[in-house]
Formats: sequence, C-alpha cells, structure tokens
Amino acid sequence: MKYVDEYRDGQLAQEIAAKICAEAQPEHEYNFMEFCGGHTHAIFRYGIPDLLPANVKMIHGPGCPVCVLPIPRLDAAIELAVTHEVILCSYGDMLRVPGSRKRSLLKAKAEGADVRMVYSCMDALRIAQENPDKEVVFFAIGFETTTPPTALVINQAKRLGLKNFSVYCNHVLTPAAISNILESPEVRELGILPLDGFIGPAHVSTVIGSQPYHYFADEYQKPVVIAGFEPLDVLQAILMLVRQINQGRAEVENEFARAVTYEGNPKAKQVVADTFELRRSFEWRGLGVVPYSALKIKQAFAEFDAEQRFTVDYLSTRENKACECGAILRGVKSPRDCSLFGDPCTPENPLGSCMVSSEGACAAYYSYGRFQERTFASDKSHPAA
Amino acid sequence: MSEKRRYTNTLDLRKGKVEMVHGSGGKAMAQLIDELFLNAFSNPWLEQMNDQACFDLPAGKVVMATDSHVISPLFFPGGDIGSLSVHGTVNDVAMSGAVPKYLSAGFILEEGYPLADLARIVQSMATAAEEAGVAIVTGDTKVVERGKGDGCFITTTGVGVVPVGVSMGSAQVRAGDKILVSGSLGDHGVAIMSQRENLTFETTIESDSQSLHDLVAAMVEVVPDIHCLRDPTRGGLSATLNEIAQQAQVGMQIYETEIPVKPQVKAACEFLGLDPLFVANEGKLVAFCPPEKAEQLLAVMRAHPKGHDATIIGEVMEDELQFVQMKTAFGGSRMVDWINGEQLPRIC
Repeated sequence: MKYVDEYRDGQLAQEIAAKICAEAQPEHEYNFMEFCGGHTHAIFRYGIPDLLPANVKMIHGPGCPVCVLPIPRLDAAIELAVTHEVILCSYGDMLRVPGSRKRSLLKAKAEGADVRMVYSCMDALRIAQENPDKEVVFFAIGFETTTPPTALVINQAKRLGLKNFSVYCNHVLTPAAISNILESPEVRELGILPLDGFIGPAHVSTVIGSQPYHYFADEYQKPVVIAGFEPLDVLQAILMLVRQINQGRAEVENEFARAVTYEGNPKAKQVVADTFELRRSFEWRGLGVVPYSALKIKQAFAEFDAEQRFTVDYLSTRENKACECGAILRGVKSPRDCSLFGDPCTPENPLGSCMVSSEGACAAYYSYGRFQERTFASDKSHPAA
Repeated sequence: MSEKRRYTNTLDLRKGKVEMVHGSGGKAMAQLIDELFLNAFSNPWLEQMNDQACFDLPAGKVVMATDSHVISPLFFPGGDIGSLSVHGTVNDVAMSGAVPKYLSAGFILEEGYPLADLARIVQSMATAAEEAGVAIVTGDTKVVERGKGDGCFITTTGVGVVPVGVSMGSAQVRAGDKILVSGSLGDHGVAIMSQRENLTFETTIESDSQSLHDLVAAMVEVVPDIHCLRDPTRGGLSATLNEIAQQAQVGMQIYETEIPVKPQVKAACEFLGLDPLFVANEGKLVAFCPPEKAEQLLAVMRAHPKGHDATIIGEVMEDELQFVQMKTAFGGSRMVDWINGEQLPRIC
C-alpha cells in the first residue's frame, strides 16, 4: 500500500528506536502522554513499547471519543431510541458501550428499538430521506475530526428542508481536555502524574492546525509533537520529544507536516463555527465537568437539535465503584492497576468505556498487550528480578 | 410422452417465484424437486427418491460435519450461497484428513424468491459438488412466508472417510509444531463486505470460496502425520489459532511478515478499520505439523494450485496462558486475540 507501508517500515523503526535508546539519558525518566486513542491503538497494535528503553514511558490520554462520553448522555440516546421511538443512527463503536442498568444501544436494538450503525453521518441523512414518516436522530460524538462532517450534514438537512432529521450533539474539544489534564491536581501539585510532554493529535490537528497547542508549550512548558497515526510517526515523535527534553526546549513541533498546517483547515473550521457554539460546560467521563469543552448546535439550526426537539433527561448515574476508567483516562492509572481488568471486565463484557472502543486504553492493552503480563507476573513472583 | 406430462403446470424457471405450495408436500413440491434439484444433482442415490440415502463407504473412520449458510448477499464476487454451502461442508469434512463422499442439502426458501435465482444457486451447488467429487444424495425443502426468511438458507451435512493411518485434531498439536497457512487471508470477508448495503466499494477481490479436499489429499499423502488442519472461516485466522491454543493448551508465536495478505485486502481493511487476521476465509486452511516435516509439507502445498501461496507463519510453544503472540512487521510484539463481537469500524 503506497503511502502506508512506508510508515510501517520495520528497518526504519529499528533505526529510530536505536536513536531513542542512544539519546534517552539513563538517569532521566521520560513520561509522554499520547492524547489520542488512535495513537494508543497504534502503540499497542505495532508493539511500540518493545522498541522503547525502560525509562521512556507512554501514558495513555483521554482522546477516545467513545470513552469520554458520560453515561447519562448514552442513556439519553438509548431513551431516544426506546421511548421516543426514533431511528437512532450511531457510529459502530458506540453500540456496545454499557450504559446504566446494563443497557446498551445494541441491547435496545435487540429488544426492538430501531438502532442503526452508520459509517458516515451522511448515511443518517439518507435514512431520514428514505423514512419521511419516522424521526431520525444522528448520535454525534467525537473530537474536532468528526465535527465538520456533522456540521455539513446539519447544513445539508436545512437546505433539503428535512423535517424528520436531528442531531444529538456530543462533540467535544481537544484543547479543553489537555488544559484540564495540565490543571489537574495530579499534575500540578501532587506529582502523581509525571508528564514531560505530549504527542499531539493527528486527525484533530488536520482540522484545528498546530496553532492551539502553542499555549500549552508556552504556558505549561510542556513540549508537544503533533504526530500521524502510523507507527513510524509515533516513534519519530517520541524521538523528537526526547530531544526537546534533553535540550531543555518546550515547543510545538509538527511531525505530521504531510497533513497538518499551522492554521489547520479553514473551511472545516468555518462550517463548524457557523453551525455550533461553545457549551458553558460539559461532563466528561473521567475528567468530570469541564468548562467550555464541548459544542452545541446554534439556535439558527434549533430544529435539527435533538436536545431541543425531544425532552431528553440527563440523569446522573453512579459508575461501578471499582472501575478505574476515570483515572485511566486522566493517565493517573494504567489498565493493569484496575481490579476489574481482565476479570470480569473484558472486551466481550466491558464494564467501563475504556474496554469498549478499540481506541480505549484498556481494550488496546487487553487485545494487544496482555502477553506482557507474563513478564509482569514473573517480576512479581521473583522480587529480586 | 406421458413422462413429460406428469405435472399439469410448468415450472417457470425464468419468471416464476417460490410459492408456499413448493414446500407443502404436494405435487408442486414434487415438481420442484423433480425438475430442479434432481435434474441438477442427478446421481443414483438421489434418484431412488427415498426419504434417505443408502450408500456404502470404503474402510476407515467415518467423518460427519454440518454447516448452515445464511450469507448476505446470496451472490457475491467469486461465488454464491450454493457453491459456498458445498465448499463449507466439504472443507469441514476434509479438515479431518478425510475424503468427502456424500452431502445432504436442506433448503429454507422464502415465499416470493425468484425461481431463476434458485436455479442458479442449485446449478452452482451441482457444479461445486462435482468438482469436490461428492454426491448430494438426500435433501429437504421448506418454504417460509414472505418476510420470514432472507431468500434462501441452505444447510448441508457431509460424510467422508479418513484414510487408514491418518489421525488429526487439535489434541495432537504440541509445542514445537510449525504453523502453515495455504494462502492469502481475508479475501472472502472483504469480497462480501464490498457488497454490503451502505458500504459498497469497488474492489477486484473475489471470495476465495473453494473446496480444499484435493489440497488436503495431496498433503496427507506426503505427510500423513500432520497434527491438525482447520479452515479459518468466521473470526479469521485469529479465531482459529486461539481456538486451537485453548483446545491443545499451548501458546503460539506467529510472524506478521510471513502472513500472506493481498494488497487489495490490506487496503480495504485499512479504510474499514479492520484487521485481516479477523476477516473470514472460505478456501484456506491452517496446518500444524511436526517441525521436521514443515518444509516438506510447505513444498507439497506450494506445488498444488490451491496452496500456491502457502507459508510457514509461526510455531507452537508451551504457554499455560495459551496466548497467541505475533512479532509485528514493525519489530514489536503483540497479542492476536479473539475477535470481539462484530468487527466495527473505528470512527476517527
């Protein structure tokens, strides 16, 4: 595959890994957070931790859209499908996420609700056109990558004069989440979460550009390297971060220059700005309520806003007390620290959201990285090892 | 002359539709069986028109396998439900090292299904059976009301005989065994997905649906002590390897660089967010054999047209956790786990 295989080249990987090993100073620990679930997935799928020296550690961030959606908003989507009897269109990852009372969109579907998996929000619009006598709701989730398509589809629905189509908007903003992590007591005061730099988002940055990250580099003195989702991108970004730390720099660097510019995509940003406005606050799973961290549909498009069209309750729910998804999403804990991990929480029987999406840290760790437990177990049994 | 006028109505195989009467046991059903199934499957056992088939088998252990086919769409690039229903069961029988001999076929048809399509399916079954050297010796037809089926479901059961001296199964798999695959993975699943509603994309990939009895026969002849054969259908290679790891209580180490996947399949999986190791195959097998026989077995497979692209993809090792691990082409290691539910696309 042209333009893909080049970024997965094993020989080049060895060369970059050798440089990381040579340049990472043994007396230092390097703790980098990859914000995006896409990076988390790549790290585990390609076995990148095997290529890193022991003192370069990756902390998995909250950039998995499915993982950060709070349960009440999922419950509301299930309610839309069950009580309001709409055709609820959702991206596939969302279907198996457990809501409260062990419900999920997939279970609602099995019980007779009309829940449909779509690959694109345009499919939801088509379904609305094909079913003029049914209400069709698109369950919109995701960071800045999936927001412009949702904006376009809302505009398209308005142009077409559709009367039976609306969007349940749950789009969230990356910079707000990064700020939240950097402002968290674990990072600022307690030192529980040593954080030396970020691998910046790939696809999100194609939309918002590299410009928004300068604030983090300047204000918090944390280097940011924006990287693509291919494994060589990730490895190269780690090398660039190691170099910044060694040289005492805290800058925004763009490893993903083949797709990301300083300004991002002005057209995409414009259609988002025309269609959405900031919410004063939004609850994130794991991070809690984060001010100005999400988008809602502008009043001019109110008729396409499912939250205005239907009465949807927002009932707080208690999560499984033992579930560590929150701490894992903040990077404070690793999947292995959770007592539920592997038993009973598995990808077939997910108790927390991090175990559902393939971009969730727990699912990636369970599906790809679990064999390392063998070494982990032998470490434990031989304390001298 | 009177033979030809046995039925007053003609069975319109061009424009006719399946009707409830075609499953009700009356003359219409007899006519459908007579003019469609008997005609296509013609063999001495079926022609006796008994409720069962009575046949002789050569010496050796008798093997039986059954498989239901509910594929959508019914016609896909590289095959259809008819040929698939023969290949699927023939392969299940052959994976024991057996020579497949006889098949039964049960049809569940939906009222209103075009007879012309049914005729195509039946003809395709007949051709596939002939190629596989099996006879379809008994069968059954039921019709369900419109909306209660999806056109046509087919269940086939196969019987075969294992040559004397051959004994294989997952229990025989042990640490040190080499793992071989007979060719490129994921072709069938990608060909089907390219036709699914909402997802239509253009690809030159065709399903690999084919009978593997002849490849197996060639392999068994040269290396009779193959430990285990399995066809990696639903759940792909990863499900097959994990299944066997559990059954044999062993671990496995495979090497991504050795696993054959066609570039088009890789590309389709890339944009659908799928892993080719999870994608279904209908004409490939995985073989486990003693390490000292691996090169010999590989040579036999490669010399056969259905095993031309065979490779040794890894080996079995002792592991009480029964993990299947893969050395990635990138240079790291990861697990190859069971597929979870349906493979879902990633969203960003």
